[in-house]
Amino acid sequence: MSAPLAIEAPRARAGAWLVSARAWLFLILLLIFFEIWSRAALHVTFLFNGFNMQSIGVFTVQPLLLALGQTFVIISGGIDLSVGFTMGFAAVVAAHVINAAQPEIGPAGAFVVGTLVALAASAVPGLINGLLIARLRIPPFIGTLGMFGVARGTAFLLAGGTTISVNNPPLVFIGTQEVGGIPAIVIVTVAFLLGLHYLLAQTRFGQYTYALGGNRQAAVRAGIDVRRLTVSLYVLSSLCAGLSGILYTGRFLAGAAQAGEPLLLDSIAAVVIGGASLFGGSGTVFGTLIGALIIAVIQYGLVFIDVEPFWQFVAVGIVIIISVLVDQTQKRLGGGRQDE
Amino acid sequence: MSDAAPLLAAKGISKRFGGVQALKGVELSVAPGEVVALAGDNGAGKTTLIKIVSGVFQADAGELRYEGSAIRFANPQEARRAGIETIYQDLALADNLDVGANVFLGREPHRRVLGVPVIDRATMRAEARRSLDVLDIQLHRYDVPVRTLSGGQRQAVAIGRAIYWKARVLIMDEPTAALGVPEQRKVMALIRNLKAGGVGVIFISHNLGDIFEISDRIVVLHRGVNAGERATRATNPDEIVRLMVGG
Repeated sequence: MSAPLAIEAPRARAGAWLVSARAWLFLILLLIFFEIWSRAALHVTFLFNGFNMQSIGVFTVQPLLLALGQTFVIISGGIDLSVGFTMGFAAVVAAHVINAAQPEIGPAGAFVVGTLVALAASAVPGLINGLLIARLRIPPFIGTLGMFGVARGTAFLLAGGTTISVNNPPLVFIGTQEVGGIPAIVIVTVAFLLGLHYLLAQTRFGQYTYALGGNRQAAVRAGIDVRRLTVSLYVLSSLCAGLSGILYTGRFLAGAAQAGEPLLLDSIAAVVIGGASLFGGSGTVFGTLIGALIIAVIQYGLVFIDVEPFWQFVAVGIVIIISVLVDQTQKRLGGGRQDE
Repeated sequence: MSDAAPLLAAKGISKRFGGVQALKGVELSVAPGEVVALAGDNGAGKTTLIKIVSGVFQADAGELRYEGSAIRFANPQEARRAGIETIYQDLALADNLDVGANVFLGREPHRRVLGVPVIDRATMRAEARRSLDVLDIQLHRYDVPVRTLSGGQRQAVAIGRAIYWKARVLIMDEPTAALGVPEQRKVMALIRNLKAGGVGVIFISHNLGDIFEISDRIVVLHRGVNAGERATRATNPDEIVRLMVGG
Protein backbone atom coordinates (compact mmCIF):
# COMPACT_ATOMS: atom_id res chain seq x y z
CA MET A 1 0.00 0.00 0.00
CA SER A 2 1.22 3.47 -0.75
CA ALA A 3 1.32 6.34 1.70
CA PRO A 4 -2.06 7.76 2.72
CA LEU A 5 -3.41 10.10 0.11
CA ALA A 6 -3.82 13.54 1.58
CA ILE A 7 -7.24 14.81 0.69
CA GLU A 8 -8.51 18.22 1.66
CA ALA A 9 -11.50 18.72 3.94
CA PRO A 10 -14.81 19.63 2.38
CA ARG A 11 -15.85 23.15 3.28
CA ALA A 12 -19.59 22.87 2.86
CA ARG A 13 -20.18 22.65 6.58
CA ALA A 14 -20.52 26.23 7.69
CA GLY A 15 -23.44 27.05 5.43
CA ALA A 16 -25.41 23.88 6.14
CA TRP A 17 -26.67 24.79 9.59
CA LEU A 18 -27.61 28.28 8.52
CA VAL A 19 -29.63 26.97 5.60
CA SER A 20 -31.76 24.73 7.78
CA ALA A 21 -32.11 27.47 10.36
CA ARG A 22 -32.92 30.38 8.08
CA ALA A 23 -36.55 29.46 7.48
CA TRP A 24 -37.08 29.11 11.26
CA LEU A 25 -35.37 32.44 11.81
CA PHE A 26 -37.56 34.07 9.23
CA LEU A 27 -40.71 32.67 10.83
CA ILE A 28 -39.63 34.00 14.24
CA LEU A 29 -38.85 37.42 12.78
CA LEU A 30 -42.27 37.50 11.12
CA LEU A 31 -44.01 36.70 14.41
CA ILE A 32 -42.00 39.39 16.19
CA PHE A 33 -42.84 41.85 13.43
CA PHE A 34 -46.59 41.22 13.72
CA GLU A 35 -46.39 41.33 17.51
CA ILE A 36 -44.71 44.73 17.48
CA TRP A 37 -47.01 46.10 14.81
CA SER A 38 -50.23 44.98 16.48
CA ARG A 39 -49.08 46.31 19.87
CA ALA A 40 -48.08 49.62 18.36
CA ALA A 41 -51.05 50.09 16.07
CA LEU A 42 -53.85 48.15 17.75
CA HIS A 43 -52.56 47.91 21.35
CA VAL A 44 -53.21 44.16 21.51
CA THR A 45 -50.99 41.13 21.44
CA PHE A 46 -50.78 39.08 18.25
CA LEU A 47 -48.65 36.23 19.47
CA PHE A 48 -50.10 35.55 22.92
CA ASN A 49 -53.64 35.27 21.67
CA GLY A 50 -54.76 31.63 21.69
CA PHE A 51 -57.40 32.29 19.07
CA ASN A 52 -54.81 33.67 16.65
CA MET A 53 -52.55 30.67 17.10
CA GLN A 54 -55.44 28.23 16.64
CA SER A 55 -56.59 30.08 13.54
CA ILE A 56 -53.12 30.04 12.02
CA GLY A 57 -52.90 26.32 12.77
CA VAL A 58 -56.23 25.58 11.08
CA PHE A 59 -55.43 27.97 8.26
CA THR A 60 -52.16 26.12 7.58
CA VAL A 61 -53.70 22.64 7.33
CA GLN A 62 -54.95 22.54 3.74
CA PRO A 63 -52.01 24.15 1.93
CA LEU A 64 -49.62 22.19 4.17
CA LEU A 65 -51.16 18.84 3.25
CA LEU A 66 -50.85 19.64 -0.46
CA ALA A 67 -47.31 20.86 0.13
CA LEU A 68 -46.29 17.66 1.94
CA GLY A 69 -47.10 15.50 -1.05
CA GLN A 70 -45.54 18.13 -3.29
CA THR A 71 -42.37 17.93 -1.18
CA PHE A 72 -41.77 14.31 -2.14
CA VAL A 73 -42.51 14.98 -5.80
CA ILE A 74 -40.25 18.05 -5.93
CA ILE A 75 -37.39 16.25 -4.16
CA SER A 76 -37.60 13.55 -6.84
CA GLY A 77 -37.18 16.23 -9.49
CA GLY A 78 -40.83 16.46 -10.55
CA ILE A 79 -43.78 18.73 -9.85
CA ASP A 80 -47.48 18.07 -9.35
CA LEU A 81 -49.77 20.81 -10.64
CA SER A 82 -52.91 18.72 -10.23
CA VAL A 83 -53.07 18.68 -6.41
CA GLY A 84 -55.54 21.57 -6.02
CA PHE A 85 -58.27 19.97 -8.05
CA THR A 86 -57.49 16.48 -6.83
CA MET A 87 -58.29 17.95 -3.43
CA GLY A 88 -61.60 19.36 -4.70
CA PHE A 89 -62.39 16.07 -6.42
CA ALA A 90 -61.81 14.17 -3.15
CA ALA A 91 -63.93 16.68 -1.22
CA VAL A 92 -66.84 16.21 -3.62
CA VAL A 93 -66.50 12.42 -3.62
CA ALA A 94 -66.36 12.34 0.20
CA ALA A 95 -69.50 14.51 0.46
CA HIS A 96 -71.46 12.43 -2.05
CA VAL A 97 -70.48 9.07 -0.58
CA ILE A 98 -71.19 10.15 3.00
CA ASN A 99 -74.57 11.59 2.03
CA ALA A 100 -75.48 8.39 0.24
CA ALA A 101 -74.21 6.03 2.95
CA GLN A 102 -75.29 7.82 6.12
CA PRO A 103 -79.01 6.87 5.96
CA GLU A 104 -78.06 3.24 5.33
CA ILE A 105 -75.19 2.55 7.73
CA GLY A 106 -75.16 5.46 10.16
CA PRO A 107 -72.68 8.30 10.73
CA ALA A 108 -69.67 6.23 11.84
CA GLY A 109 -69.96 3.75 8.99
CA ALA A 110 -70.54 6.55 6.49
CA PHE A 111 -67.47 8.40 7.81
CA VAL A 112 -65.25 5.33 7.34
CA VAL A 113 -66.63 4.42 3.93
CA GLY A 114 -66.67 8.03 2.70
CA THR A 115 -63.07 8.60 3.79
CA LEU A 116 -61.81 5.39 2.21
CA VAL A 117 -63.66 5.90 -1.06
CA ALA A 118 -62.48 9.52 -1.29
CA LEU A 119 -58.88 8.47 -0.65
CA ALA A 120 -59.13 5.70 -3.24
CA ALA A 121 -60.66 8.13 -5.73
CA SER A 122 -57.93 10.69 -5.06
CA ALA A 123 -55.28 8.06 -5.76
CA VAL A 124 -56.54 7.72 -9.35
CA PRO A 125 -55.26 11.04 -10.70
CA GLY A 126 -51.91 10.36 -9.01
CA LEU A 127 -51.71 6.90 -10.52
CA ILE A 128 -52.41 8.30 -13.99
CA ASN A 129 -49.89 11.13 -13.47
CA GLY A 130 -47.28 8.63 -12.36
CA LEU A 131 -47.87 6.26 -15.27
CA LEU A 132 -47.79 9.10 -17.79
CA ILE A 133 -44.53 10.40 -16.37
CA ALA A 134 -42.77 7.11 -15.61
CA ARG A 135 -43.93 4.99 -18.55
CA LEU A 136 -44.68 7.42 -21.34
CA ARG A 137 -41.97 9.91 -20.38
CA ILE A 138 -44.30 12.90 -20.37
CA PRO A 139 -42.68 15.85 -18.58
CA PRO A 140 -44.25 16.23 -15.09
CA PHE A 141 -45.13 19.85 -15.73
CA ILE A 142 -47.26 18.93 -18.74
CA GLY A 143 -48.69 15.64 -17.49
CA THR A 144 -49.91 17.07 -14.22
CA LEU A 145 -51.13 20.24 -15.94
CA GLY A 146 -53.34 18.02 -18.08
CA MET A 147 -54.53 16.25 -14.95
CA PHE A 148 -55.22 19.68 -13.40
CA GLY A 149 -57.83 20.17 -16.12
CA VAL A 150 -59.21 16.65 -15.99
CA ALA A 151 -59.59 16.63 -12.19
CA ARG A 152 -61.08 20.11 -12.26
CA GLY A 153 -63.70 19.21 -14.86
CA THR A 154 -64.52 15.89 -13.23
CA ALA A 155 -64.92 17.49 -9.81
CA PHE A 156 -67.27 20.19 -11.11
CA LEU A 157 -69.26 17.60 -13.10
CA LEU A 158 -69.60 15.38 -10.03
CA ALA A 159 -70.65 18.34 -7.93
CA GLY A 160 -73.13 19.49 -10.54
CA GLY A 161 -71.48 22.89 -10.46
CA THR A 162 -72.42 23.58 -6.84
CA THR A 163 -71.19 22.75 -3.34
CA ILE A 164 -72.42 19.54 -1.72
CA SER A 165 -73.34 20.15 1.90
CA VAL A 166 -72.77 17.28 4.26
CA ASN A 167 -73.47 16.72 7.94
CA ASN A 168 -71.52 13.80 9.29
CA PRO A 169 -70.81 14.06 13.05
CA PRO A 170 -67.40 12.32 13.13
CA LEU A 171 -66.13 14.37 10.19
CA VAL A 172 -67.56 17.59 11.56
CA PHE A 173 -65.90 16.84 14.89
CA ILE A 174 -62.51 16.51 13.22
CA GLY A 175 -63.13 19.59 11.12
CA THR A 176 -64.42 21.97 13.76
CA GLN A 177 -63.80 20.75 17.32
CA GLU A 178 -60.86 20.89 19.69
CA VAL A 179 -59.17 18.30 21.82
CA GLY A 180 -57.35 19.78 24.83
CA GLY A 181 -57.44 23.23 23.29
CA ILE A 182 -55.94 22.07 20.00
CA PRO A 183 -58.12 21.87 16.90
CA ALA A 184 -58.67 18.20 16.00
CA ILE A 185 -57.88 18.96 12.35
CA VAL A 186 -54.44 20.18 13.44
CA ILE A 187 -53.85 17.03 15.50
CA VAL A 188 -54.74 14.81 12.54
CA THR A 189 -52.45 16.82 10.28
CA VAL A 190 -49.52 16.74 12.71
CA ALA A 191 -49.83 12.96 13.09
CA PHE A 192 -49.87 12.57 9.32
CA LEU A 193 -46.91 14.94 8.98
CA LEU A 194 -44.86 12.91 11.46
CA GLY A 195 -45.62 9.77 9.47
CA LEU A 196 -44.43 11.45 6.27
CA HIS A 197 -41.30 12.72 8.01
CA TYR A 198 -40.49 9.15 8.99
CA LEU A 199 -41.13 8.00 5.42
CA LEU A 200 -38.88 10.65 3.89
CA ALA A 201 -36.06 10.73 6.43
CA GLN A 202 -35.83 7.18 7.73
CA THR A 203 -36.85 4.72 5.04
CA ARG A 204 -35.45 3.45 1.76
CA PHE A 205 -38.44 4.97 0.01
CA GLY A 206 -37.34 8.41 1.19
CA GLN A 207 -33.69 7.74 0.46
CA TYR A 208 -34.51 6.64 -3.09
CA THR A 209 -36.66 9.74 -3.56
CA TYR A 210 -33.60 11.89 -2.83
CA ALA A 211 -31.42 9.69 -5.05
CA LEU A 212 -33.90 9.96 -7.93
CA GLY A 213 -33.82 13.75 -7.67
CA GLY A 214 -30.05 13.85 -7.27
CA ASN A 215 -29.06 11.58 -10.13
CA ARG A 216 -31.59 9.41 -11.88
CA GLN A 217 -28.86 7.33 -13.56
CA ALA A 218 -27.26 6.63 -10.19
CA ALA A 219 -30.59 5.41 -8.86
CA VAL A 220 -31.12 3.17 -11.88
CA ARG A 221 -27.61 1.71 -11.64
CA ALA A 222 -28.08 1.07 -7.94
CA GLY A 223 -30.91 -1.26 -8.92
CA ILE A 224 -33.73 1.04 -7.78
CA ASP A 225 -36.98 0.60 -9.71
CA VAL A 226 -37.32 4.28 -10.55
CA ARG A 227 -40.50 3.86 -12.60
CA ARG A 228 -42.35 2.26 -9.74
CA LEU A 229 -40.92 4.84 -7.36
CA THR A 230 -42.13 7.65 -9.62
CA VAL A 231 -45.65 6.24 -9.75
CA SER A 232 -45.67 5.85 -5.95
CA LEU A 233 -44.58 9.46 -5.49
CA TYR A 234 -47.41 10.89 -7.58
CA VAL A 235 -49.90 8.60 -5.87
CA LEU A 236 -48.60 9.80 -2.49
CA SER A 237 -48.99 13.40 -3.61
CA SER A 238 -52.56 12.83 -4.65
CA LEU A 239 -53.37 10.97 -1.44
CA CYS A 240 -52.17 14.01 0.51
CA ALA A 241 -54.45 16.15 -1.63
CA GLY A 242 -57.26 13.65 -1.01
CA LEU A 243 -56.80 13.88 2.77
CA SER A 244 -56.80 17.65 2.48
CA GLY A 245 -60.10 17.48 0.57
CA ILE A 246 -61.69 15.20 3.16
CA LEU A 247 -60.65 17.51 6.02
CA TYR A 248 -61.99 20.47 4.02
CA THR A 249 -65.36 18.74 3.89
CA GLY A 250 -65.29 18.39 7.67
CA ARG A 251 -64.20 21.97 8.22
CA PHE A 252 -66.73 23.65 5.95
CA LEU A 253 -69.52 21.01 6.17
CA ALA A 254 -69.46 20.81 2.40
CA GLY A 255 -67.54 19.36 -0.49
CA ALA A 256 -66.61 21.78 -3.24
CA ALA A 257 -64.79 21.26 -6.53
CA GLN A 258 -62.93 24.54 -6.09
CA ALA A 259 -61.80 23.65 -2.54
CA GLY A 260 -58.14 23.59 -3.47
CA GLU A 261 -58.16 26.04 -6.32
CA PRO A 262 -56.12 28.82 -4.68
CA LEU A 263 -53.80 26.40 -2.89
CA LEU A 264 -51.62 25.02 -5.70
CA LEU A 265 -49.20 27.92 -5.74
CA ASP A 266 -49.16 28.12 -1.95
CA SER A 267 -48.22 24.45 -1.83
CA ILE A 268 -45.29 24.88 -4.19
CA ALA A 269 -44.27 28.09 -2.41
CA ALA A 270 -44.26 26.33 0.98
CA VAL A 271 -41.92 23.64 -0.36
CA VAL A 272 -39.55 26.18 -1.89
CA ILE A 273 -39.57 28.53 1.11
CA GLY A 274 -38.87 25.45 3.21
CA GLY A 275 -35.55 25.01 1.44
CA ALA A 276 -36.27 22.52 -1.35
CA SER A 277 -34.78 23.04 -4.77
CA LEU A 278 -37.13 22.98 -7.75
CA PHE A 279 -34.37 21.09 -9.56
CA GLY A 280 -34.84 18.20 -7.16
CA GLY A 281 -32.62 16.44 -4.68
CA SER A 282 -33.29 18.51 -1.59
CA GLY A 283 -36.08 19.40 0.80
CA THR A 284 -37.52 18.16 4.10
CA VAL A 285 -40.91 17.66 5.69
CA PHE A 286 -40.13 20.10 8.50
CA GLY A 287 -38.80 22.65 6.03
CA THR A 288 -42.13 22.46 4.22
CA LEU A 289 -43.98 22.81 7.53
CA ILE A 290 -42.10 26.03 8.24
CA GLY A 291 -42.71 27.22 4.69
CA ALA A 292 -46.45 26.64 5.07
CA LEU A 293 -46.45 28.37 8.47
CA ILE A 294 -44.62 31.37 7.04
CA ILE A 295 -47.25 31.75 4.33
CA ALA A 296 -50.10 31.32 6.79
CA VAL A 297 -48.62 33.82 9.26
CA ILE A 298 -48.16 36.40 6.51
CA GLN A 299 -51.71 35.91 5.24
CA TYR A 300 -53.36 35.83 8.65
CA GLY A 301 -51.10 38.48 10.16
CA LEU A 302 -51.76 41.03 7.44
CA VAL A 303 -55.50 40.60 7.89
CA PHE A 304 -55.08 40.90 11.66
CA ILE A 305 -53.24 44.20 11.43
CA ASP A 306 -55.82 45.51 8.97
CA VAL A 307 -53.70 45.70 5.88
CA GLU A 308 -55.63 45.42 2.64
CA PRO A 309 -55.85 41.68 1.89
CA PHE A 310 -54.35 42.04 -1.57
CA TRP A 311 -51.00 42.79 0.02
CA GLN A 312 -50.89 39.09 0.97
CA PHE A 313 -50.17 38.15 -2.61
CA VAL A 314 -47.44 40.74 -2.87
CA ALA A 315 -45.84 39.67 0.41
CA VAL A 316 -45.94 35.93 -0.30
CA GLY A 317 -44.62 36.53 -3.80
CA ILE A 318 -41.68 38.52 -2.48
CA VAL A 319 -40.89 35.85 0.10
CA ILE A 320 -40.83 33.17 -2.60
CA ILE A 321 -38.43 35.17 -4.75
CA ILE A 322 -36.17 36.00 -1.81
CA SER A 323 -36.02 32.40 -0.62
CA VAL A 324 -35.02 31.17 -4.06
CA LEU A 325 -32.40 33.93 -4.31
CA VAL A 326 -30.98 33.06 -0.91
CA ASP A 327 -30.88 29.40 -1.88
CA GLN A 328 -29.01 30.06 -5.11
CA THR A 329 -26.57 32.45 -3.48
CA GLN A 330 -25.90 29.90 -0.77
CA LYS A 331 -25.26 27.21 -3.39
CA ARG A 332 -22.79 29.44 -5.19
CA LEU A 333 -20.95 30.38 -2.03
CA GLY A 334 -20.91 27.27 0.09
CA GLY A 335 -22.51 24.22 -1.43
CA GLY A 336 -20.87 24.21 -4.85
CA ARG A 337 -18.43 21.55 -5.83
CA GLN A 338 -14.92 22.38 -4.85
CA ASP A 339 -13.14 21.08 -7.87
CA GLU A 340 -9.54 21.73 -8.53
CA MET B 1 -0.31 -12.87 -21.08
CA SER B 2 -0.67 -13.14 -17.35
CA ASP B 3 0.59 -16.19 -15.50
CA ALA B 4 -2.48 -16.55 -13.27
CA ALA B 5 -5.65 -18.17 -14.57
CA PRO B 6 -8.05 -15.48 -15.77
CA LEU B 7 -10.75 -14.40 -13.36
CA LEU B 8 -12.94 -13.09 -16.13
CA ALA B 9 -12.58 -13.86 -19.83
CA ALA B 10 -14.60 -12.79 -22.85
CA LYS B 11 -14.11 -15.16 -25.77
CA GLY B 12 -15.07 -14.61 -29.40
CA ILE B 13 -17.51 -11.81 -28.56
CA SER B 14 -19.54 -10.42 -31.47
CA LYS B 15 -22.19 -7.75 -31.34
CA ARG B 16 -24.19 -6.12 -34.09
CA PHE B 17 -26.37 -3.03 -33.84
CA GLY B 18 -28.62 -2.96 -36.88
CA GLY B 19 -26.27 -2.75 -39.85
CA VAL B 20 -23.20 -2.01 -37.79
CA GLN B 21 -20.89 -4.80 -36.70
CA ALA B 22 -19.67 -3.27 -33.44
CA LEU B 23 -17.58 -6.24 -32.29
CA LYS B 24 -16.36 -9.29 -34.14
CA GLY B 25 -14.78 -12.21 -32.31
CA VAL B 26 -13.17 -10.09 -29.62
CA GLU B 27 -11.09 -11.56 -26.77
CA LEU B 28 -10.45 -9.92 -23.39
CA SER B 29 -9.39 -11.38 -20.06
CA VAL B 30 -8.22 -10.22 -16.65
CA ALA B 31 -6.55 -12.16 -13.82
CA PRO B 32 -6.72 -11.42 -10.09
CA GLY B 33 -4.39 -8.53 -9.25
CA GLU B 34 -3.89 -7.71 -12.90
CA VAL B 35 -4.48 -4.33 -14.51
CA VAL B 36 -5.54 -4.54 -18.15
CA ALA B 37 -5.75 -1.41 -20.25
CA LEU B 38 -8.33 -1.43 -23.04
CA ALA B 39 -7.14 0.96 -25.72
CA GLY B 40 -8.48 1.99 -29.10
CA ASP B 41 -9.63 4.95 -31.10
CA ASN B 42 -13.16 6.33 -30.85
CA GLY B 43 -15.61 3.82 -32.30
CA ALA B 44 -13.24 0.89 -31.84
CA GLY B 45 -15.81 -0.93 -29.68
CA LYS B 46 -14.27 -0.46 -26.23
CA THR B 47 -17.44 0.76 -24.57
CA THR B 48 -19.60 -1.89 -26.26
CA LEU B 49 -17.25 -4.60 -25.04
CA ILE B 50 -17.32 -3.21 -21.50
CA LYS B 51 -21.09 -3.07 -21.55
CA ILE B 52 -21.27 -6.72 -22.58
CA VAL B 53 -18.89 -7.76 -19.83
CA SER B 54 -20.89 -5.79 -17.25
CA GLY B 55 -24.29 -7.10 -18.32
CA VAL B 56 -25.69 -3.98 -20.00
CA PHE B 57 -25.72 -5.64 -23.44
CA GLN B 58 -25.82 -9.32 -24.35
CA ALA B 59 -23.38 -10.61 -26.97
CA ASP B 60 -24.74 -12.04 -30.24
CA ALA B 61 -21.98 -14.66 -30.25
CA GLY B 62 -19.15 -15.73 -27.99
CA GLU B 63 -19.09 -16.43 -24.29
CA LEU B 64 -18.14 -14.95 -20.95
CA ARG B 65 -16.21 -17.13 -18.52
CA TYR B 66 -16.01 -16.15 -14.88
CA GLU B 67 -13.81 -18.13 -12.49
CA GLY B 68 -13.48 -20.83 -15.11
CA SER B 69 -17.13 -21.44 -15.94
CA ALA B 70 -19.44 -19.97 -18.57
CA ILE B 71 -21.79 -17.28 -17.32
CA ARG B 72 -24.49 -14.99 -18.69
CA PHE B 73 -25.61 -11.70 -17.21
CA ALA B 74 -29.15 -10.65 -18.06
CA ASN B 75 -28.61 -7.20 -16.53
CA PRO B 76 -26.00 -5.14 -14.68
CA GLN B 77 -27.41 -6.16 -11.30
CA GLU B 78 -26.54 -9.80 -12.00
CA ALA B 79 -23.01 -8.89 -12.99
CA ARG B 80 -22.65 -6.77 -9.87
CA ARG B 81 -23.93 -9.54 -7.67
CA ALA B 82 -21.31 -11.81 -9.17
CA GLY B 83 -18.60 -9.30 -8.21
CA ILE B 84 -18.12 -7.35 -11.43
CA GLU B 85 -18.49 -3.64 -10.73
CA THR B 86 -18.34 -0.94 -13.38
CA ILE B 87 -17.48 2.68 -12.75
CA TYR B 88 -18.68 4.89 -15.56
CA GLN B 89 -17.29 8.26 -16.47
CA ASP B 90 -20.13 10.09 -14.81
CA LEU B 91 -19.56 8.00 -11.68
CA ALA B 92 -23.23 7.30 -10.96
CA LEU B 93 -23.09 9.04 -7.61
CA ALA B 94 -26.11 10.88 -6.23
CA ASP B 95 -24.51 14.27 -5.63
CA ASN B 96 -27.01 15.30 -3.00
CA LEU B 97 -26.40 12.27 -0.77
CA ASP B 98 -23.50 11.75 1.59
CA VAL B 99 -20.63 9.31 1.22
CA GLY B 100 -22.28 6.56 3.26
CA ALA B 101 -25.59 6.88 1.43
CA ASN B 102 -23.82 6.57 -1.93
CA VAL B 103 -21.80 3.53 -0.92
CA PHE B 104 -25.01 1.82 0.28
CA LEU B 105 -27.44 3.17 -2.34
CA GLY B 106 -29.97 0.44 -3.04
CA ARG B 107 -28.69 -1.72 -0.17
CA GLU B 108 -29.30 0.38 2.94
CA PRO B 109 -29.01 -1.35 6.32
CA HIS B 110 -31.65 -0.74 8.99
CA ARG B 111 -31.68 -0.55 12.75
CA ARG B 112 -34.66 -0.46 15.08
CA VAL B 113 -35.66 2.48 17.22
CA LEU B 114 -38.49 1.52 19.59
CA GLY B 115 -39.30 -1.34 17.25
CA VAL B 116 -39.52 0.89 14.18
CA PRO B 117 -37.02 0.21 11.39
CA VAL B 118 -34.97 3.24 10.39
CA ILE B 119 -32.09 3.58 7.96
CA ASP B 120 -28.85 3.13 9.86
CA ARG B 121 -26.85 6.16 8.73
CA ALA B 122 -24.18 5.79 11.39
CA THR B 123 -23.35 2.29 10.18
CA MET B 124 -23.39 3.43 6.56
CA ARG B 125 -20.87 6.20 7.32
CA ALA B 126 -18.66 3.98 9.44
CA GLU B 127 -18.58 1.26 6.80
CA ALA B 128 -17.97 3.78 4.05
CA ARG B 129 -15.05 5.12 6.04
CA ARG B 130 -13.67 1.63 6.48
CA SER B 131 -13.82 0.84 2.80
CA LEU B 132 -12.09 4.13 1.97
CA ASP B 133 -9.50 3.43 4.68
CA VAL B 134 -8.66 0.23 2.84
CA LEU B 135 -7.89 2.41 -0.17
CA ASP B 136 -5.80 4.78 1.96
CA ILE B 137 -8.29 7.57 1.40
CA GLN B 138 -9.20 9.80 4.28
CA LEU B 139 -11.98 12.35 4.06
CA HIS B 140 -12.44 14.80 6.89
CA ARG B 141 -16.18 14.28 6.91
CA TYR B 142 -18.38 11.49 5.69
CA ASP B 143 -21.73 13.19 6.31
CA VAL B 144 -21.56 15.88 3.61
CA PRO B 145 -23.13 15.59 0.15
CA VAL B 146 -20.62 14.17 -2.33
CA ARG B 147 -21.30 17.28 -4.45
CA THR B 148 -18.92 19.09 -2.11
CA LEU B 149 -16.07 16.65 -2.77
CA SER B 150 -13.40 17.08 -5.40
CA GLY B 151 -13.31 14.98 -8.56
CA GLY B 152 -10.68 12.65 -7.15
CA GLN B 153 -12.55 12.22 -3.89
CA ARG B 154 -15.70 11.37 -5.82
CA GLN B 155 -13.80 8.85 -7.89
CA ALA B 156 -12.57 7.38 -4.61
CA VAL B 157 -16.14 7.11 -3.29
CA ALA B 158 -17.20 5.27 -6.46
CA ILE B 159 -14.25 2.90 -6.12
CA GLY B 160 -14.86 2.53 -2.39
CA ARG B 161 -18.43 1.47 -3.12
CA ALA B 162 -17.23 -1.19 -5.53
CA ILE B 163 -14.70 -2.46 -2.99
CA TYR B 164 -17.18 -2.49 -0.14
CA TRP B 165 -19.45 -4.75 -2.15
CA LYS B 166 -16.56 -7.12 -2.72
CA ALA B 167 -15.89 -6.40 -6.35
CA ARG B 168 -13.43 -8.91 -7.75
CA VAL B 169 -13.34 -7.34 -11.16
CA LEU B 170 -13.49 -3.56 -11.46
CA ILE B 171 -14.14 -2.01 -14.84
CA MET B 172 -13.36 1.68 -15.18
CA ASP B 173 -14.31 3.82 -18.15
CA GLU B 174 -11.84 6.70 -18.53
CA PRO B 175 -11.27 6.99 -14.77
CA THR B 176 -8.99 10.00 -15.04
CA ALA B 177 -10.55 11.83 -17.99
CA ALA B 178 -12.39 14.46 -15.98
CA LEU B 179 -9.67 15.06 -13.40
CA GLY B 180 -6.87 17.54 -12.88
CA VAL B 181 -3.31 16.26 -12.75
CA PRO B 182 -2.94 15.84 -8.96
CA GLU B 183 -6.22 13.98 -8.82
CA GLN B 184 -5.15 11.73 -11.68
CA ARG B 185 -2.14 10.75 -9.56
CA LYS B 186 -4.46 9.82 -6.72
CA VAL B 187 -6.60 7.63 -8.93
CA MET B 188 -3.49 5.90 -10.28
CA ALA B 189 -2.46 5.23 -6.69
CA LEU B 190 -5.94 3.85 -5.99
CA ILE B 191 -5.67 1.42 -8.88
CA ARG B 192 -2.31 0.26 -7.50
CA ASN B 193 -3.98 -0.37 -4.15
CA LEU B 194 -6.74 -2.38 -5.80
CA LYS B 195 -4.16 -4.44 -7.66
CA ALA B 196 -2.33 -5.11 -4.41
CA GLY B 197 -5.65 -6.29 -2.97
CA GLY B 198 -6.05 -8.90 -5.72
CA VAL B 199 -8.80 -7.13 -7.66
CA GLY B 200 -8.74 -7.55 -11.42
CA VAL B 201 -8.96 -4.13 -13.08
CA ILE B 202 -9.96 -3.37 -16.66
CA PHE B 203 -9.70 0.26 -17.60
CA ILE B 204 -10.49 2.15 -20.75
CA SER B 205 -8.17 5.04 -21.40
CA HIS B 206 -7.01 7.36 -24.13
CA ASN B 207 -4.10 8.46 -22.01
CA LEU B 208 -0.98 6.54 -22.97
CA GLY B 209 0.83 7.99 -19.96
CA ASP B 210 -1.69 6.37 -17.62
CA ILE B 211 -1.73 3.16 -19.60
CA PHE B 212 2.02 2.70 -19.44
CA GLU B 213 2.25 3.75 -15.84
CA ILE B 214 -0.30 1.38 -14.38
CA SER B 215 -1.20 -1.51 -16.66
CA ASP B 216 0.31 -4.98 -16.86
CA ARG B 217 -1.14 -5.70 -20.25
CA ILE B 218 -2.64 -3.67 -23.07
CA VAL B 219 -5.44 -4.89 -25.30
CA VAL B 220 -5.99 -2.78 -28.40
CA LEU B 221 -9.23 -2.78 -30.36
CA HIS B 222 -9.58 -1.40 -33.86
CA ARG B 223 -12.91 -1.25 -35.67
CA GLY B 224 -14.45 -3.97 -33.53
CA VAL B 225 -11.65 -6.56 -33.69
CA ASN B 226 -8.58 -7.26 -31.58
CA ALA B 227 -5.78 -5.28 -33.19
CA GLY B 228 -3.17 -6.60 -30.79
CA GLU B 229 -2.30 -7.45 -27.25
CA ARG B 230 1.03 -6.69 -25.55
CA ALA B 231 2.61 -7.06 -22.13
CA THR B 232 3.17 -3.44 -21.12
CA ARG B 233 6.85 -4.11 -20.26
CA ALA B 234 7.47 -5.41 -23.75
CA THR B 235 6.02 -2.61 -25.83
CA ASN B 236 6.19 1.14 -26.26
CA PRO B 237 3.72 3.97 -26.92
CA ASP B 238 4.59 4.15 -30.62
CA GLU B 239 3.65 0.54 -31.16
CA ILE B 240 0.36 0.94 -29.26
CA VAL B 241 -0.57 4.03 -31.28
CA ARG B 242 0.21 2.11 -34.47
CA LEU B 243 -2.14 -0.67 -33.37
CA MET B 244 -4.83 1.84 -32.41
CA VAL B 245 -4.89 3.47 -35.81
CA GLY B 246 -4.74 0.13 -37.58
CA GLY B 247 -1.18 0.49 -38.88
